[in-house]
Amino acid sequence: MMAGFGPGQRVTVRNDWPETRGPCHIRTPHYLRGETGTVVRHLGDFPNPEDLAFARPAPVLPLYHVRFDLPALWHGEGRAGDEVVVEIFEHWLEPARQEAA
Amino acid sequence: MSDSQVESDRLLVALRGLLVAKGLTTPAEIAERIRSTDTASPARGAAMVARAWTDPEFRALMLADGTAAAEAMAIPMRGLPPLGVLENTPEVHNLVVCTLCSCYPRAVLGYPPFWFKSAAYRARAVRDPRGLLEEWGTVVPPAVKLRVVDSTADYRWMVLPMRPAGTEGWPAEQLAGLLREGDMIGVTVPTATGPQPA
Repeated sequence: MMAGFGPGQRVTVRNDWPETRGPCHIRTPHYLRGETGTVVRHLGDFPNPEDLAFARPAPVLPLYHVRFDLPALWHGEGRAGDEVVVEIFEHWLEPARQEAA
Repeated sequence: MSDSQVESDRLLVALRGLLVAKGLTTPAEIAERIRSTDTASPARGAAMVARAWTDPEFRALMLADGTAAAEAMAIPMRGLPPLGVLENTPEVHNLVVCTLCSCYPRAVLGYPPFWFKSAAYRARAVRDPRGLLEEWGTVVPPAVKLRVVDSTADYRWMVLPMRPAGTEGWPAEQLAGLLREGDMIGVTVPTATGPQPA
């Protein structure tokens, strides 16, 4: 499967809340929804757990390691430079909008 | 035995019977997986780390492909999620958490400690990791970057700690004796004097 994002690319996690619409199984933690990070690398392609959990046919999707600045997630709390690295499936990622320098 | 244990035992027996009846698995496969899960322990991860400290080729393999490195040490990995290995260096300290549930590198560390699944550990590991680590007596120097790896999907992650100073020339078996499970998920760091009582 062709991975759509490459190392170093800035990506934003979709600010979507499927759990408000009905039963679902999500592997994207809510503290990251709407946050912007940097692709570390493509980890491989895996069946979408959101479908597997309900025994539906599960398309194989690219999975990425994405790095987030830790203080930016928590209103500046924490040591500058510390980071959180998380596995996120491609359908949860969008290219980041242009950021202020 | 409580009523709920009786209930869960009945559920388990029924579920196993159905899985076998539908041809999804066999009693032998179930027995093999139970045996494999029960025999996994931090000693496996410790043996991998000690070998990585003494064998540069194995270290390179472990960092590139944790599953292949585990299999090279006869640790059964078939059908399990890929194992990723996070290298601690003088510049970076890694900490593993699963904020969603309890993903843990069971093949190489066995069952997770009870606190790994606690809401407090999961929440604090991503929000105040340095404060959390200090409660274990683990002080990550300010000059060292802390990288929290939130294990949310299809990989399992273990930490390759730094080899303690003062262990030059030690054989792998002796080095393995210095390691605790916490060292291999980054909540503690090994020392040449070995595990200290909490």
